[in-house]
Amino acid sequence: MKKGTFKGGVHPYEGKEISMNKPTAQLLPKGDLVYPMSQHIGAPAKPIVSVGDHVLMGQTIAEAGGFVSSPIAASVSGTVKAIQPTLTVSGAIVDAIVIENDNQYERAPGVGEKRDYTKLSKQEIRDIIRDAGIVGMGGAGFPTFIKLTPKNEDAIDYIIVNGSECEPYLTSDYRMMLEEGEKLVDGLKIILRLFDNAKGIIAIEDNKPLAIEKISELVAKEERIEVKTVRTKYPEGSERQLIFACTGRKINSSMLPADAGVVVNNVDTVISIHMAVAECTPLIRRIVTVSGDAIMNPQNFSVKTGTRYSEVLEAAGGFKVRPKKLISGGTMMGLSLFDVDIPVTKTSSALLAFENDPADIVPEGPCIRCGRCVEACPENLIPQMLMSAAEKFDDASFEAVSGMECMECGSCTFVCPAGRRLTQALKQTRRSILDNRKKK
Amino acid sequence: MKEMYNVSASPHVRSGVTTAGIMRDVVIALAPACIFGIYWFGLSALLVLLASVASSVVFEYLWRLVAKKPKVPYECSAIVTGLLIGMNMPSSIPLWIPVVASAFAIIVVKEMFGGLGQNFMNPALGARCFVMLCFTGRMTAYVVEKAESSHLWYGAASIDGITSPTPLGALKNLEAGASVSSAVSLKDMFFGFTGGVIGETSTIAILIGAAYLLFRKVISLRIPVAYIATFAVFALLFGGRGFDPEYLACELCGGGLMLGAWFMATDYVTSPITKTGQIVFGILLGIMTGIIRIASNSSEGVSYSIIFCNLLVPVIERYTMPRAFGVLRKKKEGGAAK
Repeated sequence: MKKGTFKGGVHPYEGKEISMNKPTAQLLPKGDLVYPMSQHIGAPAKPIVSVGDHVLMGQTIAEAGGFVSSPIAASVSGTVKAIQPTLTVSGAIVDAIVIENDNQYERAPGVGEKRDYTKLSKQEIRDIIRDAGIVGMGGAGFPTFIKLTPKNEDAIDYIIVNGSECEPYLTSDYRMMLEEGEKLVDGLKIILRLFDNAKGIIAIEDNKPLAIEKISELVAKEERIEVKTVRTKYPEGSERQLIFACTGRKINSSMLPADAGVVVNNVDTVISIHMAVAECTPLIRRIVTVSGDAIMNPQNFSVKTGTRYSEVLEAAGGFKVRPKKLISGGTMMGLSLFDVDIPVTKTSSALLAFENDPADIVPEGPCIRCGRCVEACPENLIPQMLMSAAEKFDDASFEAVSGMECMECGSCTFVCPAGRRLTQALKQTRRSILDNRKKK
Repeated sequence: MKEMYNVSASPHVRSGVTTAGIMRDVVIALAPACIFGIYWFGLSALLVLLASVASSVVFEYLWRLVAKKPKVPYECSAIVTGLLIGMNMPSSIPLWIPVVASAFAIIVVKEMFGGLGQNFMNPALGARCFVMLCFTGRMTAYVVEKAESSHLWYGAASIDGITSPTPLGALKNLEAGASVSSAVSLKDMFFGFTGGVIGETSTIAILIGAAYLLFRKVISLRIPVAYIATFAVFALLFGGRGFDPEYLACELCGGGLMLGAWFMATDYVTSPITKTGQIVFGILLGIMTGIIRIASNSSEGVSYSIIFCNLLVPVIERYTMPRAFGVLRKKKEGGAAK
């Protein structure tokens, strides 16, 4: 079968071998757990517990704060210690529930029980996914039940599971495909129950042959599911590029995947759907890759949400050398951290630590119009022109050269020989334009 | 105080390609043509190259000193400019002319318009055209005297001497009925055993350099192929010799076409950044060069074509903006004008 791909993109050092061959370790938190109320796109969740309450593992501690929002469940049993503003990965300070772990891991009633999903109606499945607090775990954190409830469900003909994991260093999805492939396929079958006309595609980059082999075996007898091998290239796992690689359909920034008849979900999200629907367990764990050249024992960990990064770091043996840079997420789109005292949320995919920081070393020179950014841009934009509009604060020109189509993948900055921070400038301009639109 | 780590916007990795690295690759790619030029025209040619490179670097340094420009990592672009200026001079040129050309290229064409990345015209070609207009006689003194000794100084060319005009000039003066081979030798033109400026005579040396640039992904095929193909079609249609492969090959190997197409037209700063624009740019260059070579009195057209088309770059870019991924072609709104 022909490998799916897209035009543009870049090939950063993958760094997968550092952590890909070690099994995922369970990590039980020692300290308090912190649950920020914003772990997703949309309105923050609202706490429904108060200080002093005893909560059980799997119990909902915050309810959805609106339609586009998501509830949050406790990942341990213990006592609510405080509800206070906390620093999160993005640098924003949001309200968070702090729970003191009693180390009993006492489950809330019903949590962990097996459930036969074939007896559930579509509406019941959607409600379970919503109440389990499942959001897109690839990074954006868009509430999954909304994705699974398009206007016209009959028009959806492809459900794509994004197993491309194109971000360098990340191997959590890969480990999950190897270790919990059965749950992944089952999770996809649950989603397919919601869409009668849809086919399931599990897209995996060709740098993960073992995962391709394993999942292919698992779906060999599934008529509605196939494995699609896609080229190893960044950003193959970007929603728009992956849809194109798998189906040849194109969407732009103002369209949803559903407009092209597609729903895309990340590997960990699909496994979480399985856990919620078939095992009655809400989203309370997250697979986190701990990697980078400054980490003593790089590995994947199954982490309870709310655990502090400092504990995850400790579990990986701490630092080998003093790192200059810590990143939550991958090296291309992850957020840099100035502190490790930050909770793991539903969307935390990795903690990376590096001895050197290219952003610190690479000096910025004048643009020589070499066009490497144009070759690299997966959105077929001219980043050089976007940058020059952004530097002049010329929002009108920025939009005229399709600046709002930029998805901030970082490819242009990655390739720029002059070391220009294109992505940063484009991000700032896009934010300010979006803010101005809201004001109107 | 608590330990803090660096914070910056993503991405947190870089490809490792730098401007200086690109310039180094261009210098490496120009080396075969330079080395051939030095072999063919002797140490006098080496001196011209050294004078132009050194003066370019010095003028750039002085300008940055006077203009109090911030100290940026040195990107070696003046070396490339200087080398191209030298390669576009005959070996018999008095050394002060490459120095004047370098001053014009660096100070007037490049720095006065904002420095690296801001010039609207190829600095080396701008300078070449400037000195060509000022010192036409000296710039076109391609004759190499036959010398009994000092072949090291005057090069291999002086063993037999070059008395005829450049191959293109010979082609132009060719009578309608005469065969191409009676005037020029295609083999000599391909390997570079002809008269001309230091860096342009050997097609094979230029192609080796171009292959290196393509391999290193410094240039793409878009501009050079569009340029050469368009010119070839133009020459076949309007060259007045019908379908004569030998004539066509001589036109392609002759003059500055190869050097211009692979090394000057592909200059990043002065060529379109859009992919479609690069093809359009190449086609326009082919047509311009064809018109000048065939219809005008001059047998050379590459330099003027390139600096002329440099001026069209903003317009070309404007009309060749790509459509963003997934964005549909805008429907023509007929009612909008009402």
